[in-house]
Amino acid sequence: MISDGIEDEEKWLAEGIAGLQHNAFYMHRALDSNNHRDSLKYSAQMLSELRTSRLSPHKYYELYMRAFDELRKLEMFFNEETKRGCSIIDLYELVQHAGNILPRLYLLCTVGSVYIKSKEAPAKDILKDLVEMCKGIQHPVRGLFLRSYLSQVSRDKLPDIGSEYEGDADTVMDAVEFVLQNFTEMNKLWVRMQHQGPVREKEKREKERSELRDLVGKNLHVLSQIEGVDLDMYKDTVLPRVLEQVVNCKDELAQYYLMDCIIQVFPDEYHLQTLETLLGACPQLQSTVDIKTVLSQLMDRLSNYAASSAEVLPEFLQVEAFTKLSNAIGKVIEAQVDMPAVGAITLYVSLLTFTLRVHPDRLDYVDQVLGACVKKLSGKARLEDGKATKQIVALLSAPLEKYNDIVTALELSNYPRVMDYLDNATNKVMAVVIIQSIMKNNTYISTSDKVEALFELIKGLIKDLDGSPVDELDEEDFKEEQNSVARLIHMLYNDDPEEMLKIICTVRKHILTGGPKRLPFTVPPLIFSALKLVRQLQGQDGDVVGEDVPATPKKIFQLLHQTIEALSSVPAPELALRLYLQCAEAANDCDLEPVAYEFFTQAFILYEEEIADSKAQVTAIHLIIGTLQRMNIFGVENRDTLTHKATGYSAKLLKKPDQCRAVYACSHLFWVDDQDGMKDGERVILCLKRALRIANAAQQMANVTRGSNGPVTLFVEILNKYLYFFEKGNPQIYSAAIQDLVELIKTEMQGDMATPDPSANAFFASSLRYIQFQKQKGGIMGEKYESIKV
Amino acid sequence: MNYLIGAFKQPCNISIKFSDGRTRKQVPLKRENGQTTMVPLFQNKENIVGEVSIEPTQGKKVEHNGVKIELLGQIELYFDRGNFYDFTSLVRELEVPGEIYERKTYPFEFSSVEMPYETYNGVNVRLRYILKVTISRNYVSNIVEYQDFVVYNYTPLPSINNSIKMEVGIEDCLHIEFEYNKSKYHLKDVIIGKIYFLLVRIKIKNMELEIRRRESTGSGPNTYVETETLAKFELMDGAPVRGESIPIRLFLSPYELTPTYRNINNKFSVKYYLNLVLVDEEDRRYFKQQEITVYRLQETS
Repeated sequence: MISDGIEDEEKWLAEGIAGLQHNAFYMHRALDSNNHRDSLKYSAQMLSELRTSRLSPHKYYELYMRAFDELRKLEMFFNEETKRGCSIIDLYELVQHAGNILPRLYLLCTVGSVYIKSKEAPAKDILKDLVEMCKGIQHPVRGLFLRSYLSQVSRDKLPDIGSEYEGDADTVMDAVEFVLQNFTEMNKLWVRMQHQGPVREKEKREKERSELRDLVGKNLHVLSQIEGVDLDMYKDTVLPRVLEQVVNCKDELAQYYLMDCIIQVFPDEYHLQTLETLLGACPQLQSTVDIKTVLSQLMDRLSNYAASSAEVLPEFLQVEAFTKLSNAIGKVIEAQVDMPAVGAITLYVSLLTFTLRVHPDRLDYVDQVLGACVKKLSGKARLEDGKATKQIVALLSAPLEKYNDIVTALELSNYPRVMDYLDNATNKVMAVVIIQSIMKNNTYISTSDKVEALFELIKGLIKDLDGSPVDELDEEDFKEEQNSVARLIHMLYNDDPEEMLKIICTVRKHILTGGPKRLPFTVPPLIFSALKLVRQLQGQDGDVVGEDVPATPKKIFQLLHQTIEALSSVPAPELALRLYLQCAEAANDCDLEPVAYEFFTQAFILYEEEIADSKAQVTAIHLIIGTLQRMNIFGVENRDTLTHKATGYSAKLLKKPDQCRAVYACSHLFWVDDQDGMKDGERVILCLKRALRIANAAQQMANVTRGSNGPVTLFVEILNKYLYFFEKGNPQIYSAAIQDLVELIKTEMQGDMATPDPSANAFFASSLRYIQFQKQKGGIMGEKYESIKV
Repeated sequence: MNYLIGAFKQPCNISIKFSDGRTRKQVPLKRENGQTTMVPLFQNKENIVGEVSIEPTQGKKVEHNGVKIELLGQIELYFDRGNFYDFTSLVRELEVPGEIYERKTYPFEFSSVEMPYETYNGVNVRLRYILKVTISRNYVSNIVEYQDFVVYNYTPLPSINNSIKMEVGIEDCLHIEFEYNKSKYHLKDVIIGKIYFLLVRIKIKNMELEIRRRESTGSGPNTYVETETLAKFELMDGAPVRGESIPIRLFLSPYELTPTYRNINNKFSVKYYLNLVLVDEEDRRYFKQQEITVYRLQETS
């Protein structure tokens, strides 16, 4: 059926064209023989082909264009004729004798055009007559094409300022009036088109209509080209009239297209000066009209205009463009109840873009926009609509991009409130964007208020939001997010310790809400950030004495203590242990013995109670030893307690090699290699000997269980410790002991049961080479080594 | 044979000439055979002056019982064929009985002739003016020559010429208001007007204005009415909506109109009507007819 329809149409078009060409042929012949009567007769017959109702607008256009070409020839002919003295007035009457209206009016327009050119009557009168007579065509498609023809032939003949057809006074007005009237009539016809024909073909008709829209829009284009339409005239006449038509036609398609047209064809400057009128029309449009696109276009244009030159900016201020736009948007949203959230948000995005371009200095405007957006969204559930979410992200990203500075955004009180309407995933994405912006621009956030605001913004990352499904998280994404939060914490910085402390407190408050999964990521940066502050305070020691200074290291340590405790809930004992040790070390530097002691106590408790894994224990004990070794504030008693503990734990490690290594590491606890460090040679040697014993035991165990000796690595390592302390002048280390050890190793290596281990061998070989080297070097060291034989 | 030919041949040529024939305006007149000839134009109360010349055929003489010229105004009703009603009949004797040997010219003059009616060629009726020259003869048929002429009578601009304005409609279906700028139009006039649609509930396809001529002849039970549509002028294409107003501009000059004739010599009348026709998509026609008066205005040129 449908294909038949199309074929039929092709056939009709072909028939139409054939008829048209046939009559055009006779018309040409009449023109050649200068026969007015016949040329009019045949041209009227030719134009009769345009009376068809069977063609779709698309095909009709094809036919029209052919007729148009022929009419140009006719027009040229008449033009020549009038120059030769043929009376154009008679001709103007003669063409009106045609009985059929459509050919009559086409001819009338054609001759009318010649008439205007002849200047025998004022252009305005002829135009007025033409546009009035065209009312006879009430058929939408035919009427549209006829009027389009009229508009086409009259374009260059409008009595515009500076045009040769300009009359005595006020003729621009006539030109404008003419175009406006033609526009109005065309629009009416266009709108009416939808009501004609069966209902089931409505969709098809809408499509056809939209094919014809440019015929209507062309009039606006012509208007915009009229020189004489200055701002005043635009403001007083053109725009109100056009808008009146747009509003009154109550047609979705037309309203959308025409609003868009107005915005596109007239200069930005005009828009700016008539904002109120233009915007006033928006809420009056049909509720289904896509106003958001229209307004977005407008704002885009205005933003570009503002960006084009700084000189125009005062104009924007003068007309209060922002306020007007903002009000208009509000009204539109109010008027269009059914507008989906995405529409409203898109509008706000445009407005925001506009504001950022035109009033970059007016943060309050930005906030206002966001506030309006919040208001619109309030009372609704979180957005589920993907597009809307995207728009909100755009809305929120815009100020970040513009100011490149999150600090500015933090001053926007409505910013976080808008974020609340995002779904959790997007909220996080947005938070990450914010953090990235901070990182990229290296922005330091320097007051606790801002930090507070910032955390409010990124709370999606900081804690579990209500109702978020627990298992949706992708592990890697989560890590990524939390890492970025961790990085962010380092960007929160103020030189003023007091403020810094406040910041830390704020951060702490927020991150502690993060739950077990987040704490391992967020606590360490906070701790280090705080420790940095401690160091800073310590650096300016002199300045910060007195009770009333809130930011004392002591206080901070208390804070840290509590913070690390929070990790126990995770639980992350290893991490906590490391942090305690860090704190202890910092406390050490601050000469706060009790604090340091407390931290160590905590570390040990953790070690005892929480760290069960043997590998973790090894690591932990080495950390403890390492840290303890560097501590220098402890009194003898405290130190004894701690070192005793450490040594004890070292010996209680599960695996023998681990025990051995831990024990010889402990030896350093008794020998601190600086001026006033502790140097207890006795206990050093005790440790080393114990290590040797353990190494032996390990060797034997290996022998028993596997039937071969373990590697000699442990012995070589102990040898190295011996050498170290030997060189450092530990009186308890004798060259003989070293000699024995060397021999022992050699024996072990050559024994039947030895397992060849290239790395151990190499290690031993290089240790021996070192001894050799020291011997040869001579000097004090040489003498010391003299007795050792290798 | 020669004799025979001679017998049917007119023994003389008669020609009728108007004295102002060169300057007088000539207008076309349709003859019965369908051809058009140009004939002089007169109006009421004009003097009709001219001369008749009679030229016997070579070498013949014309015996006669007198020569006369008649001016006749006749109404011919076709259904009553053969009967002419002479409403005007004037005679001038040109020659007493005798013989004519050679070309002879007789001037004639009818002064201030009453010619109240216009020449008219209708469907059922014809009104014509002729000059008839008769050479009366004994025993043989009279020699007759006719000369047609046309009479137009001019009317001054009417002092009162109201517009025709009317609201018509079908209840809840169609209401229109139309206006023609005048009720009396001269032959070269333009009808200006507009149609205003107050209510449109039918799907109109187009609208046209017809000019119709109603010729009624006879009287009483023998009245014959003939209506012709002289013009069909499309005013509108497509369906208007409420509030639309459609302009009318119809030039009368292309159509062969005559003035309105009312009860000419109790024999016939010719009236004109404007018929506004709306056609809907089912080709139903809705119309309203209005009489207009057509008159002949003296052309100033």
